[in-house]
Amino acid sequence: MSTAPASASLRRRELTLLVGATLVAAGAAVLLQLSQTTDVPLTALTPALAVGAAGMVAHVAVRSLAPDADPALLPLAVLLNGLGLVFVRRVDLATDGTLAVTQTVWSIVSIGAMCGLLLLIREVRQLGRYQYTFGLITLGLLLLPMVPGITAGTINGARLWVRVAGMTIQPGEIAKLTMIIFLAGYLERNRALLSVATQRVGPLLLPAARYLAPVFVAAGVALVIMAGLRDLGSALLFFGAFVAMLYIATGRVAYPILGGAAFLAGSALAYQLFSHVRVRVSIWLDPWSQVQDSGYQIAQSLFALGTGGLTGTGPGFGRPQDIPFSATDAIFAVVGEELGLLGASALLLAYLLIVVRGFKIALTAKDEFSTLLAAGLTVTLGFQTFVIIGGLTRLVPLTGITLPFVSYGGSSLLSNFLLIGLLLRISDESRAQVTGRDRARDRARDRAVRQAARA
Amino acid sequence: MNRSIGRVAGVVLLLFGALFVNLNVITLVQADDLATHPANRRLIIREYAIERGPMVVGEEVIARSVETEGGDLRYRRTYPEGPLYAHLTGYYSFILQRAALESALNEDLTGRSTEEVAQNLGELLGASDRAGNIVELTIDPAVQRAAAEALGGVTGAVVAIDPTTGAVLASYANPTYDPNPLSSHDPTEIRQTWEALNADEARPLVDRALRETYPPGSTFKIVTAAAALEAGAAPDDTFDDPELFDVPQTTADIPNFGGGTCNDGDPITLADALRVSCNTTFAELAVELGAEGLAAQAERFGFNSTVPYELNVVESAIPNEQDVPATAQSGIGQRDVRATPMQMALVSASIANGGQLVRPHVVQAVRAPSGRQLRGPAGASWDVGGPSGDRPVSPRTADQLRQMMISVVENGTGTRAAIDGVEVGGKTGTAQTGGDPTVWFIGFAEERVAVAVVLPNSSQDATGGALAAPIARAVMQAALDR
Repeated sequence: MSTAPASASLRRRELTLLVGATLVAAGAAVLLQLSQTTDVPLTALTPALAVGAAGMVAHVAVRSLAPDADPALLPLAVLLNGLGLVFVRRVDLATDGTLAVTQTVWSIVSIGAMCGLLLLIREVRQLGRYQYTFGLITLGLLLLPMVPGITAGTINGARLWVRVAGMTIQPGEIAKLTMIIFLAGYLERNRALLSVATQRVGPLLLPAARYLAPVFVAAGVALVIMAGLRDLGSALLFFGAFVAMLYIATGRVAYPILGGAAFLAGSALAYQLFSHVRVRVSIWLDPWSQVQDSGYQIAQSLFALGTGGLTGTGPGFGRPQDIPFSATDAIFAVVGEELGLLGASALLLAYLLIVVRGFKIALTAKDEFSTLLAAGLTVTLGFQTFVIIGGLTRLVPLTGITLPFVSYGGSSLLSNFLLIGLLLRISDESRAQVTGRDRARDRARDRAVRQAARA
Repeated sequence: MNRSIGRVAGVVLLLFGALFVNLNVITLVQADDLATHPANRRLIIREYAIERGPMVVGEEVIARSVETEGGDLRYRRTYPEGPLYAHLTGYYSFILQRAALESALNEDLTGRSTEEVAQNLGELLGASDRAGNIVELTIDPAVQRAAAEALGGVTGAVVAIDPTTGAVLASYANPTYDPNPLSSHDPTEIRQTWEALNADEARPLVDRALRETYPPGSTFKIVTAAAALEAGAAPDDTFDDPELFDVPQTTADIPNFGGGTCNDGDPITLADALRVSCNTTFAELAVELGAEGLAAQAERFGFNSTVPYELNVVESAIPNEQDVPATAQSGIGQRDVRATPMQMALVSASIANGGQLVRPHVVQAVRAPSGRQLRGPAGASWDVGGPSGDRPVSPRTADQLRQMMISVVENGTGTRAAIDGVEVGGKTGTAQTGGDPTVWFIGFAEERVAVAVVLPNSSQDATGGALAAPIARAVMQAALDR
């Protein structure tokens, strides 16, 4: 007998939460529309309802593809995505843009891709077998923006995008996932060796260099590419996830200490080498003396949050047009201005819940690869949220990076919904193990699904 | 691995905690500083989204907000008559803030007091247009125009008030400026205009009617005479008529204007002394009254107090303690006595209305956009405190002074202020405190208008009777034609 709740009960909870998330997003959309007109045409609600509906479809898919998966992740992602769409539309209203339309399409595509991932990857362990493939894919994705012909060139000071079929895509967002898969596979396989300290560096005990080399090389290459692409935010993110996974795999404090030291040294070097790094730091230390030029974005972001205060101006009554990159990097400031501390804290809480669920999934995962993967994905999501919100609130230097699920950007949405898909799969596997769900029956059903798809 | 996952999770939770604490600091502790930071345009934009109420004189709109095409600032403030009312209206600029009535009446003009509720309601119900209240001024456009035309290009100021109500009919100062470019939405235009105005040695931004004090010269003899009459003197009391008043404790004796005696050396009455503006008589009176007695009377007219007016008026001043030579000088409005044109208009009005100190006001009414009156004019009297309250002189003294001032215009120094068929009283003044003389005329026409005219920096041979009296006449005439 097991104490874990039955699949049906989990899915009922997921459905209830999904309905709640959709209502919250739709409610915000109604309020936003009321700030513009006295009536609410259905088109104003389309983005929020479309994501809610896509979430429902995903829920139906999860019922058959991952019936024991965590019930909170999908609703939380839909909640953030729905609110994100409302605020992308908010920016549209202020700037006469049409980003919300594109973002709605991307949301549906991303949620569909998440369902596809659940359909294709029935066992997370399968991924571990292709670790080096994923390592190579990571490098390839990171190098893609440098390839002539498809590169979208330098946008906002960074070379991060490629242009394919008229769309601008950020391969680095997907590389984030493939790198974590690679690291999880590599660390799982070499965990024992990496944990055994045979060398002493000062007070630290470290394993033999040859076991460490591949990890450091991979991470180093990724970081160098990132620095070359001038994408400090992603570089920071990769490095943080890498160190965290190394520590989780080995339990050796030496790694984060060495990593931290390497980070500090790297930062100092970057500060010396790159003028844009120096500018970032000086803005962070004192945005007010350069409030009209380089400190403009952070100052506008702080003005927005400060003007919003506790309860905010209300949707539609802020000034997103004053904040540079309001739909992408700085969308948290738009939310904070219009929903106030209360709304911003609610958003923060939603991320915190995802992170907590993520770590719980890592702790209960059925094998080491799954544990490492879940922890790596969770750390990445949490760290990314911290870096961008911390940057906008001047807690850390501001680096351009998306706020997961909320910022405008298709690649980011796709990557984060795939991340949720992986966590759903891992949680489903662990619970299925506990509840003793019949794998054979699953496989039989899979065959039926595939036949149905073919027919 | 569980232990290390727990630790990493702990670190991530700590990071989120830091985000939350920092967010609280920004939105609660630093909120006010951030919301009002000069580089934060939100407050300005919100303020400029309101259709600010117009200022109206008679049938004319002298300040109005017009909707702009494009740009963040929705309404621009315009002043159709520009310089004519500039010192009254002030300007409304997002760089320089606000001046004069635009500043003093800001809450009425934005309708802020009633707006707060509407704003939240509007946010609930959707977009709604807000409009400020209408401010009606007491200024009479014909009197204001007469003042500007009579002054012409000469530096000076004119204040005309209704002696019974305190309503200000005209308040004009030369030079003036155009508030339109300062209220522009183009920062460059604002800055250039502002710099040019500040660099101008004529100081066009200074409202000489309210914001500058001048030695009142012989117009102050009204105050000296009032003190004497209140102390028991009579208009036909006689005084010696020397060429020089031998001021005690000093060799600096006081001569009459232009030298000589006032009445061929024969004894002169108080009334005649005022009519011909005899310095020796009033210097003698001032010494008899003493510094304290003279200052007490001046204070009952409003000196050494802040004038209760919608705009800031500089305090007119007279020292309470002076030595005898200084007191003698004060009796004829020299030395340390300083007065604004507004203050001297109030002195004149007090005589015209039978001894009451009126409270000047320029706002006739504040009306909601619907036309409903929200507020009427301020009270009519000004209680300066002290035993006599709002009565600087008794009705009897006022009547005696009135008659004396009428004879100044009928056959004294102020004949050029006379208006046919109208009882006009007045007093001229020519103050010489080193440098160019400051010439004055203060007066009244019946109980219908009281004026003060000042022309600082006049030429050496200028007199109040020659230069200021005709200007006062033109302004009084315009007021009588209302």
